[in-house]
Amino acid sequence: MTAFRRLPGGGRIDRSRTLGFTFDGQRLFGRPGDTLASALLANGKLLVGRSFKYHRPRGFLSAGIEEPNGLFTIGEGNRAEPNIPGTMVPLSDGLVARSQNAWPSPAFDLMAVNSIAAPILGAGFYYKTFIGPFRKSWMFYEPFIRKAAGMGKADAAPDGARYDVEYGFTDVLVIGSGPAGLAAALTAGRAGAKVLLAEQDSELGGSLLAETSEALERWRTDTLAELRSLPRVTLLTRATAQGIYDGNQVTVAQHVAQGQLLHVIRARSIVHAAGSLERPLVFSNNDRPGVMLSSAVRSYLNRHAVAPAERAVLATNNDAAYSTAFALAEAGVAVTIAEERMAPAGDLLAQAAALGIAIFPNAGIADTFGGSQLKAVRLKGRHSVTIDCDVLAVSGGWNPAVHLSSHGGIKPKYDPAIAAFVPGGFAETHFGAGGTIGHFGWQACVRDGETAGKGALAACGIGKSPRAIDPPGVRDDRAYGIAVSRDPFDVSLPGKAFVDFQHDVTAKDIKVAHQEGFHSVEHLKRYTTLGMATDQGKTSNVNAIAMMAGLRGIGPEAAGTTTFRPPFSPLTVGALAGRSVGKHFRPVRRSPLHDWHARNGCTFIEAGLWMRAWYYDWAGPTPETAYVREMELVRKGVGIADVSTLGKIDVQGPDAAEFLNRVYVNGFAKLPVGKARYGVMLNDDGIVLDDGTTSRISDTQFYMTTTTAQAGEVMSWLEYLLQCHWTDLKVHVASLTDEWGGMAVSGPDSRKALELAFPEADVSNEGLPYMGVKDIPFGGTTVRLMRLSFSGELAYEVHCPANFTIALWEHILQAAAPLGIRPYGLEALASLRIEKGHVAGLELDHRNSLDDLGLGKMAAREKPYIGKELRFREAMQAPDRWSLVGLEALEPGKKLRGASILFAADDEIKGHGRGYITSVTWSTELNRFIALGLYQGGLRHEGEEIIAAFPLKNEQVRLRIVSPHFIDKEGTRLHA
Amino acid sequence: MAKGYSVFSLLRHALKPDSPWPMAWEKPTPRSSYDVVIIGGGGHGLATAYYLAKNHGITNVAVLERNYIGSGNVGRNTTLIRSNYVIDGNTQFFEHSMKLWEGLSHELNYNCMVSQRGQIVLAVSPVQLDVFARRGNIMRLNGIDAELLDRGEVQKLLPYLDYSKDARFPIWGAIHQARAGTVRHDAVAWGYARAASQLGVHIIENCEVTGMVIDNGRITGVDTTQGRINAGKVGIAVAGHTSEVARMAGLRLPVESHILQAFVTEAVKPIVHHVVSWGAELFYLSQSDKGGLVFGGHIDGFNTYTQRGQLFKIQDVMQCAVSLMPFMSRMRLLRHWGGIQDMTPDGSPFICRTPVRDLYLNGGWCYQGFKATPASGWTFAHTIANDNEHDLNRCYSLDRFEKGRELDDYGIGNWTYKQ
Amino acid sequence: MKIPCPHCGERDVSEFRYGGDASRQRPAHGTGDLKAWHDYHFTFTNPKGPHTEHWQHVLGCRQWFRLSRNTATNVIAGVVE
Repeated sequence: MTAFRRLPGGGRIDRSRTLGFTFDGQRLFGRPGDTLASALLANGKLLVGRSFKYHRPRGFLSAGIEEPNGLFTIGEGNRAEPNIPGTMVPLSDGLVARSQNAWPSPAFDLMAVNSIAAPILGAGFYYKTFIGPFRKSWMFYEPFIRKAAGMGKADAAPDGARYDVEYGFTDVLVIGSGPAGLAAALTAGRAGAKVLLAEQDSELGGSLLAETSEALERWRTDTLAELRSLPRVTLLTRATAQGIYDGNQVTVAQHVAQGQLLHVIRARSIVHAAGSLERPLVFSNNDRPGVMLSSAVRSYLNRHAVAPAERAVLATNNDAAYSTAFALAEAGVAVTIAEERMAPAGDLLAQAAALGIAIFPNAGIADTFGGSQLKAVRLKGRHSVTIDCDVLAVSGGWNPAVHLSSHGGIKPKYDPAIAAFVPGGFAETHFGAGGTIGHFGWQACVRDGETAGKGALAACGIGKSPRAIDPPGVRDDRAYGIAVSRDPFDVSLPGKAFVDFQHDVTAKDIKVAHQEGFHSVEHLKRYTTLGMATDQGKTSNVNAIAMMAGLRGIGPEAAGTTTFRPPFSPLTVGALAGRSVGKHFRPVRRSPLHDWHARNGCTFIEAGLWMRAWYYDWAGPTPETAYVREMELVRKGVGIADVSTLGKIDVQGPDAAEFLNRVYVNGFAKLPVGKARYGVMLNDDGIVLDDGTTSRISDTQFYMTTTTAQAGEVMSWLEYLLQCHWTDLKVHVASLTDEWGGMAVSGPDSRKALELAFPEADVSNEGLPYMGVKDIPFGGTTVRLMRLSFSGELAYEVHCPANFTIALWEHILQAAAPLGIRPYGLEALASLRIEKGHVAGLELDHRNSLDDLGLGKMAAREKPYIGKELRFREAMQAPDRWSLVGLEALEPGKKLRGASILFAADDEIKGHGRGYITSVTWSTELNRFIALGLYQGGLRHEGEEIIAAFPLKNEQVRLRIVSPHFIDKEGTRLHA
Repeated sequence: MAKGYSVFSLLRHALKPDSPWPMAWEKPTPRSSYDVVIIGGGGHGLATAYYLAKNHGITNVAVLERNYIGSGNVGRNTTLIRSNYVIDGNTQFFEHSMKLWEGLSHELNYNCMVSQRGQIVLAVSPVQLDVFARRGNIMRLNGIDAELLDRGEVQKLLPYLDYSKDARFPIWGAIHQARAGTVRHDAVAWGYARAASQLGVHIIENCEVTGMVIDNGRITGVDTTQGRINAGKVGIAVAGHTSEVARMAGLRLPVESHILQAFVTEAVKPIVHHVVSWGAELFYLSQSDKGGLVFGGHIDGFNTYTQRGQLFKIQDVMQCAVSLMPFMSRMRLLRHWGGIQDMTPDGSPFICRTPVRDLYLNGGWCYQGFKATPASGWTFAHTIANDNEHDLNRCYSLDRFEKGRELDDYGIGNWTYKQ
Repeated sequence: MKIPCPHCGERDVSEFRYGGDASRQRPAHGTGDLKAWHDYHFTFTNPKGPHTEHWQHVLGCRQWFRLSRNTATNVIAGVVE
């Protein structure tokens, strides 16, 4: 026998079509207009899952987003999504649903053994045990706990769904499409405002969808028709407003066929019309499949034409739930009402009598019976009768959906008139209407919506006064009439009385939490896990707060609520991430020469956001072999390397020289036109910020280069100084990093190469001396020749506007081909500079001072420069600071590794050592491993033999401290 | 060692359902005077009170908490513990903390679920792998476990990462600390509170400090919403509100308050068995015992006391999650929240005396407050009891910036909003 | 959060670079001793309330400006001259 049946008529389902779906492998059928939940009920599937802790059999409690029990894994393969409430899934043809947290099936779940151990598994039990017998005993127990926990199973494969983010602006955002939301949207829409309405359901109408009144349906369809006729009104369905952030930024997640679309909306005003959620009653065994919220029973009946098989009991503490009993009776279901109060409103008694409904006053539910399906209920109090039934509809009152209105930090407040929390207020441009603010009844909601719509218009500065809304032609509902009984949560009753269904938190758990002093609602939540399940306590929190307040002898208003945080309902990570993932995560920066490299046998490597040329095929198949040949090329002939990633800043203005003179530790005021100078800049704290060469192009123009890594940082820093502090300086800076490209032509034959490439230009030692700079015309553009060297060889940098770089690069390669010129990559660049002793990113790590890097002598004595004062802090001048040294390996055949820790020869190999290796390379010139490093006392120890330890590989190598300038100390090559 | 909880006590209560459990910690009315008053009933304040009583025999101690205990960062972090620090001072301090974690459940007779599942920090370039290797070498040299993993070894342990050619940042290898892991964060506050309470410490909730009584450069008490409380010594351990509380004593500190967001998904069956961190961006993720994937990223980047994060940062962290672990895309975010971090210029904390006599400071924890909790309490108790720093926290002084002794473990530079 | 760039108008916070407390007095170039620079560079008022701070519209016009924002609420009072 099944508890539910499909009615032959009525509802909003399409009986002309059939949809096939599978549930745990079983083929079932439903109708368009069904949700997965209603279709399962229509198929007699009442038992759909197991609870988290005790694995109790569970059926649907609700018909909405608050569903704690009926969670499924929906879809297959790379589209499978765990933990989806069946109440929110519109039925579609071919839908595949699987139950969760039960093995082998919800009907026969071996983990139900947990129920037997339940007496020791109460609130916080895990804090009190698994402590011994050993110090680390938890490591033994944890795998068992982990395996038992968790709901659905996550597939490790990539997600097959598609996601996108759409950024939008609106005058008025309306959250919810019940009578209040529709009235607000229409009011704003009629005044010509841009309106966006977000509805989480697949149909518009909210609570109206569970009604059968023709007048209400006419109002709904008329209102929707007019809204759809307004060009500036957009209505979204299956679109849940998930979070409200600073500046009225709202995330609305919409389900679409291929996945989800996240609308990120900037709203000038927001109307909260999210309605309210019914709360259950707490009594023994209140979780049996068949116990359902009264609103859910009415929704399944009126919207989906799914009715209890024969008999239903309604347990209520308010008048509002009577409409469910009446609807059931009208559908031919035998109904009995267990009324917690002494009596409902008088006219309800008469109406019930007319429909043949028996009412037991002052009679809550004492217990329920049945196994995997409800069979009967026993009433509380002097009646103590047992009533057979298929369904028990429960109503403990209504909780306004205060979630979104609380995201901005306004705490909800308790309203004793409706025994629930309502918004504690609204931000300036926010308005509430209907159930969200604790107003119930059709007329009240429409009036609220209209008022809120007008408020929103005013907040948007739209003065036009729209035509009034015609309310639906129905008598307004009676008063809500809730009375919370004095002792609703008798924890002495036998069996389990659930407060949080999904997390299996019972009335007894709340009592234990109280005994142990976990009184704050936050402690209650954290200690018992109440409200932490996928439903985030939508059906449990208010009951729990009321119970704890009762135990403490205070009112719910004093107990308060836990903090409402986004998202409103679980939100797919992929939807928030959008498309900027995988290879689209962090856009790749490419040199203007990138395409040439790609066509010419280059292997790239990621360097920050850049993709850089690492090494070339001509030199070898692996970086380890290639870079050595590329180094030899530069040391013995001529090579060309892409240096376009360097930061390039144009500094112009009459005070440009003075500006640079302040920024760099060394002098720039007197740099002659046509000359470049290496400069180092400090942060205010005296720590090295960056280095690079800056050339003087004219009296008032300089061309600065920075390291690749610090380019953006330095640019902002210069702008900061000029715009915020040195506003009297007449200087402008502009980044040329992307506008210009550059290449290094290096090696003893580099001058010959340039002579071949630029026969018109004088690149002789006299015409372009070391650190000389000149602009020459070439191929319709300007090419900047700078005689700089990173490698230590005779070398030039050749810069030009980015779109000419490939032509220039190919021209040099072609012209200098007789010299055997070839490209070299980043690995060789980095190794050549180690041989020369140039510091780079690994040394400039924001921890080192000028002196640490052996550059103290560069700093001007007299002139002020940034960082000068804090550079002289006590510890930064200590003689035992770790400072730059060169290191050469003394043990041929042993690999020297970067990140080795340095020790003096007779040190014990432990602790933090006396320094470490920052950069290491094989030196083609010296035929051994060499390195740069920081060592305590630095070059005062030159010539000493020390030890480099690499304990991760149990290696030690003997080294000698040498000058960091491994090659050409005198600089003859540079000046050649 | 605290007592009272065991499988036997659970069975006893199961058989006698009417016998009530005792209060986890007492809720006394405050005395007018204490030897030591600790401001802040978070992990650090409660641990300090416990170690004052346990290690130093000072039991006339009150912990003043303006809300409920554990209502600050100990209850809103991503629960990670690790001791992978490279700078002399940091290394030893955080390893001391790790050793205390390893015995904590026993010590407190409270299951804090110290789960040493291991942390794997992924390097995205050879250079970064070198930087991590230096860290690992220092750890080894200080008796701390560390392993260098190559790409293949990482793939065996973490098969769900993106190893495809579409991965924006390829995985080159990782450093693995097997003893790192997670701890049930709330349990740390409750466990310390319960153990301290058993030793006689007073834990006063809903008691906000509104002023400090300073006489001739020496603190003698505090004004609170429950009246004046005199104190021989006062310790501040208030994390995000460090500047606000220190201001009551006239102190201006190298601290700025920034928001750090954290995220948790719905619970699913076990899939991630380690703590995983990424070198491409600051991003870290683990799976709680309950099944939720808990993760976070960088601070939003400007100072604020609101516990609400900015959406752009949320999107950014989600993009990190999906880019590193493509399966994360289909997981559903259950909740996200923000905590206020007391950021310092160099990213390292203060546990020290202050210019006001008998007033002590514990703060500036940046991201690392939770993992530091036991050692922080242990050393702060020592500092308060002896009016002097212990060797383990000597480097965490207030004057280190003036002296040029920054402790910048990650090489980020002296910017609070970048650390 | 939306930040009012004085040049471009209101833009999302993600377009901006934060530059820290702007109420601190930077010693004039070439003046100030170690203590003055320490206090300027390393200490903060860090109020829970109104705060004046530097921002740069780094993904826009690149202008630096001073903004008054309440750190307790993130409510922005406006650009400060």
